[in-house]
Amino acid sequence: MMAGVGGGNDFQWCFSQVKGAIDEDVAEGKHILPLKQRKACPTGPTSSRYPCAVSEGALGSIQRSVIEALQGVWEYRCASDIISTVEFNYSGELLATGDKGGRVVIFQREQESKNRLLSRGEYNVYSTFQSHEPEFDYLKSLEIEEKINKIRWLPQQNAAHFLLSANDKTIKLWKISERDKRAEGYNLKDEDGRLRDPFRITTLRVPVLMPMDLMVEASPRRIFANAHTYHINSISVNSDYETYLSADDLRINLWHLEITDRSFNIVDIKPANMEELTEVITAAECHPHQCNVFVYSSSKGTIRLCDMRAAALCDRHSKFFEEPEDPSSRSFFSEIISSISDVKFSHSGRYMMTRDYLSVKVWDLNMENRPVETYQVHEYLRSKLCSLYENDCIFDKFECCWNGSDSAIMTGSYNNFFRMFDRNTRRDITLEASRENSKPRAMLKPRKVCTGGKRKKDEISVDSLDFNKKILHTAWHPKENVIAVAATNNLYIFQDKIN
Amino acid sequence: MFSKGTKRKFSDGDEEISDESLVGARVASSYSLQRQSLLDMSLIKLQLCHMLVEPNLCRSVLIANTVRQIQEEMTHDGSWHMVAEAFCSAGQSPSERLVATEVLCRSREQDAEPKLFSVISYEGCREEEVVADETLCSVSVSDTVSNVCLAGRIGQCWEKSELSGVERDEEALEDSRLGSGEDEEIDTKDRASTESPKTIGQVFGTFEIKNGSPGPDSALEELFSDVDTSYYDLDTMLTGMQSAPKMGPYDILDSLAPSHSSPSIVSTPNCRSDLNELDHIMEIIVGS
Repeated sequence: MMAGVGGGNDFQWCFSQVKGAIDEDVAEGKHILPLKQRKACPTGPTSSRYPCAVSEGALGSIQRSVIEALQGVWEYRCASDIISTVEFNYSGELLATGDKGGRVVIFQREQESKNRLLSRGEYNVYSTFQSHEPEFDYLKSLEIEEKINKIRWLPQQNAAHFLLSANDKTIKLWKISERDKRAEGYNLKDEDGRLRDPFRITTLRVPVLMPMDLMVEASPRRIFANAHTYHINSISVNSDYETYLSADDLRINLWHLEITDRSFNIVDIKPANMEELTEVITAAECHPHQCNVFVYSSSKGTIRLCDMRAAALCDRHSKFFEEPEDPSSRSFFSEIISSISDVKFSHSGRYMMTRDYLSVKVWDLNMENRPVETYQVHEYLRSKLCSLYENDCIFDKFECCWNGSDSAIMTGSYNNFFRMFDRNTRRDITLEASRENSKPRAMLKPRKVCTGGKRKKDEISVDSLDFNKKILHTAWHPKENVIAVAATNNLYIFQDKIN
Repeated sequence: MFSKGTKRKFSDGDEEISDESLVGARVASSYSLQRQSLLDMSLIKLQLCHMLVEPNLCRSVLIANTVRQIQEEMTHDGSWHMVAEAFCSAGQSPSERLVATEVLCRSREQDAEPKLFSVISYEGCREEEVVADETLCSVSVSDTVSNVCLAGRIGQCWEKSELSGVERDEEALEDSRLGSGEDEEIDTKDRASTESPKTIGQVFGTFEIKNGSPGPDSALEELFSDVDTSYYDLDTMLTGMQSAPKMGPYDILDSLAPSHSSPSIVSTPNCRSDLNELDHIMEIIVGS
């Protein structure tokens, strides 16, 4: 049963977990020993009982630090860089994060234990690997950042898990698999590992599979490279589970998951003369059910829906979504704040949601001339647009997400605030992801920003908002009321209170 | 001055002019100052990029579009010849810009009733409606040029000025003050208009755009601490105008504000060489 945001009789959001480094605890290259540990985290590729394996080669670049976990258990965590993407998989069992350092950390939900009062399991580190490395483009003499821009899971088809991770230029398909058995009993080698002389082997011994400590391995299966001149901003897996699209500032390419050496270009908005460039692609997504339909948004606040059956090159849209501008509120910043930073289809496929700088809009795919719902995220910033332009905050790209039943939507704001909107009751709530609220199962108190002169108790004034603490990436569990919120280099997990 | 009962309609206009033209002209000048400042800021953002990582194209496009908008509006206003100074002052660092207050881009809800001022422009026979509220005037203009304030209502003025743009251009040519500097104006217009697309071409064509360096934290604190929302009175505005750049189309201000003196924001000779140096550097990097 999914519902509700807001207080009262509705769901109350509680703190569940936080992952990441506390700034004061992070030391350069220093290993901080845990005071007490119930689970040992491995220091090498072979893991102990705790499935926290790290792929070989990544250890040197990962800095370890200790964070305070719940229930008083100290655990090793990898010092995380700024989180740049968060994504649940289709079942919600796994939660992947990508960061600025090119690493991917996957959390897995514990099986619900009967011992604990909590009816929901916690998320613990399942796998960590270095997905992308920094590169250098010799032709342009520019660095290519290793920052992971997007992670998208593939639906699970066998025991292994697959995900796509993309930086500015390259997309990689990763296979994450478990190994908990080892074949033992070979008599082909000596104790020191040398192959025995075949004449010495007198018996045929069939190896036996013996259980071993669980090891999670991540291996790159496909590398889709050299297809994007500009920075990749979106990837989206098609509902046929065979193809996916990748979008950069000016082009969208369609790939087959098996084929890495070529891709189809399906949208190209690059003008012949780059001086005439006035609009770029900001996000793209495949329709969740119709494998021939996708949408892409632009920096001018428009969304185009395209049908791949219509033509090979989908420059001509099937539908064009744009809300007419309110002429009375026009300013020099109107275009910038209308630029769409994220577009997401609802799970039903009937609606889509777009995020621009100040608001979130829900569109009915059958109505192109205006959105059906508009939610103001932080309207109080409208009077500060010039300052936000000066410090570049106006270019921040906030993401948005639906809950599993499409009844609620969530997006981030500044000061580590994030907002949830209930589409049915039209109620909204502002919550904060902070360490102060991070006691186990502590209930989150709704926050309020004071815009007028009189500031009430517990309200925060617009001028004291911290614009460096921005929540750009959030994710909602596909089936339950569990959310993951990325606040700079910390990942917060909240769940609703069980009554 | 005049008792209300005896005013005729025409002299109503006169009285309004005498009392309110001051504020109106000030508002208009303040707006153009702030627009100029926004233009400067945008140009700096386009040029000040560190060449380590490939720049963010979306951001560059949005800034360039903002620059285009300002240029278009300034062309309509006839103040495009000031853009030469705008390009020159691109050499200034962002931190020299006055930190904006919450006055900027005041939201519609906060505007109770927009105040309409009738201003007689320098042509002497046409009205220009400038919509503003009091707080627009409260942007403190101290030693440096203030950030651009673009109140939402300005849009109406923008549209109106577009409609009457043709008329105004004709009248501008008739005006003797502009007439003397007409050649100069055209020259600078050409130079500016060719420079602008050239800059934008460099922006996109060769990915020379670098990300603007983010403002220092102290600037950010400055931004949101001790916001002064008090209404400035006439004296403060006039005092503030001392450091304003000399605006050609708004010479009326000079006559109205006796304390106005020409400022020295940027020394022109330095600007030119900076600009040339920048072009030179870009050419080297592009290798063309």
